[in-house]
Amino acid sequence: MNTKMPYVRILVFGGLMCLLPLVLTTYYLHIAILVLIWAFLACAWNILGGYGGQHSFGHGLYMGIGAYAVAYLVNRFGLTPWVGLLVAIVLSAAAAAFIGWVVFRLSLKGGYFALVMIALTEAAVYIVSNINALGGAGGLEIEYRGNSVAFLQFAGKGGYFYIGLILLVFILLLTQWYKRKRFFYQLIAVRDNEDAAEALGVDTVKTKIKANVMSGVLCAVGGVFYIQYYLYVSPRSVFGESVSVQILLFAIFGGLGTVWGPVVGACLLVPLGEIARAELGNTFQGAHLLLYGAVMVLTMLFMPNGIVGAADRLRKRWQGRSATPVADSQGGEAA
Amino acid sequence: MNLDFSGDVIAQAVVSGIMLGGLFALISIGLTLMWGVMKIINFAQGEFLMVGLYVAYFLVAWGHVDPYITILVTVPFMFFFGIGVFRLTISPILKDALLNQILLTVGLMLVLQNLALGFFSADVMSVRTRYSTWKFDVGPVVIGVPQLIALFGSVICTLAVWYFLKTTESGRAIRASAQNPTAATLMGIDVPRTYMLAVGISSATLGFAASLMIPFYYTSPTVGVFLSLIMFIVIILGGIGNYMGCLLGGLIIGLAEAVGAAVFPGSLSRVFMFTIFILFLLFRPQGILSRRPT
Repeated sequence: MNTKMPYVRILVFGGLMCLLPLVLTTYYLHIAILVLIWAFLACAWNILGGYGGQHSFGHGLYMGIGAYAVAYLVNRFGLTPWVGLLVAIVLSAAAAAFIGWVVFRLSLKGGYFALVMIALTEAAVYIVSNINALGGAGGLEIEYRGNSVAFLQFAGKGGYFYIGLILLVFILLLTQWYKRKRFFYQLIAVRDNEDAAEALGVDTVKTKIKANVMSGVLCAVGGVFYIQYYLYVSPRSVFGESVSVQILLFAIFGGLGTVWGPVVGACLLVPLGEIARAELGNTFQGAHLLLYGAVMVLTMLFMPNGIVGAADRLRKRWQGRSATPVADSQGGEAA
Repeated sequence: MNLDFSGDVIAQAVVSGIMLGGLFALISIGLTLMWGVMKIINFAQGEFLMVGLYVAYFLVAWGHVDPYITILVTVPFMFFFGIGVFRLTISPILKDALLNQILLTVGLMLVLQNLALGFFSADVMSVRTRYSTWKFDVGPVVIGVPQLIALFGSVICTLAVWYFLKTTESGRAIRASAQNPTAATLMGIDVPRTYMLAVGISSATLGFAASLMIPFYYTSPTVGVFLSLIMFIVIILGGIGNYMGCLLGGLIIGLAEAVGAAVFPGSLSRVFMFTIFILFLLFRPQGILSRRPT
């Protein structure tokens, strides 16, 4: 296959998506923006969780760092979110590097890594709730200034949609590009067999730290976008358990360790969740989280490689019915 | 920081901490059993406890059953509830990657939490029983009777589980399956059945805990979120699959919570607890008592 094809596909996808605001009503545009935010966050998580096999149950931590950095700088010093974005990137990179350095050097993995990330994120809830400068448990609000590129604010939803779309296309191109680079091959090797990777000369700790930083920084960027869209952040809205779980759910449902998986997952689940919330929210609170939980259970039972993984297997089986059977691998790789 | 505390305040905090610790140990036994035997990390364990609490709550509030009599219902109910959930969801993917099993239990957690939210609303429900206000004074320290009963219950439950695993044939089978499922199968042990028994016991302890908690605790859809974290902290401190360690871990965390709340302002005592947890996960994941690293 032509090596340029995957990039063309991403750009065509972006180009087609550009037309969406022309046909969608405000409400559906809102849902589309949510899809973009969650797809972006899930793609970011996927770098560490999907390609690296290190399932973080606390990526809301980095998202929160991004959101709070911007909210604090705008409120306290009146700085533009563009500066906030830089600060968010630096802070989240430092946090991810430190956490990765401690956790991976002590070769914590699997359930232990998951628990550490949960504990850190949960601790962040209580720490931020007790810091008055960050609004305590009530959270921080950003003043609405109307259309202003300097403050990354738009009157309509169209502006947010296009920014979200640019971010998503960017992360898709980035993942696609890295997929053919040494770093991701090493990362996948670490995921599939850490001892073998180590024996072949891969610095497994460094590789994992690098993936953690990349994934964390991108999540923080997602957090910046999140606060700019909602203009409000509270400890539970970013550090809450369900936030981190949603990020990983979309990636896993779509297909771990695939370029498009997280996008597919978010595109299918976020609208369903929002509709469930809108239709049933009054009579049955938490309908969308119930749905997400059920999807998680069913995915693990029947489709552990997610939609892209399952589709890929079907496609390969169909193509090569007489050829060798397809190996049932963890996180099957899609084109 | 509140530095004007007197000896009485600290004495009260220590006594409350020990009783709270008993409760924490009691709710954690099931988790350490399940993790120790099946290597399954059940993130929905707190939500199982929530189910037990709702059962106990409705029996007491609507059925006017004595809270300690509800044990007769909650324990068997939770035993079969645990087995039912296990057979439907966890058992089919027992051979899958560990992380898949964890993710499945996270899904279960969301399902149970939000089912409770949908059916019972977010209200915090508690029930006043005739035991709720029973207390006695020892010098300057007040001791609540239901809390004391929960502490005794915790010790009894720990000893019972330990005794069962050490002396009975089924207990031996559980320990064998935990050590080496393949070898256990070769020795004629029905490992899937043994796992089911372990899950049933694990969740039955939560039924027992729920009945003892209901006179002085509350229930809500999110009650399990915090208690789950407590369970994880307790069993990591105690060492996975170590029942006496679990009791010790419970007491330490109970003391940390109660004394921390008396010393630190607001909810910062929680941060103190999480710090202990993270340090243990990082530097001593085998727990306090174990000598060899896992």
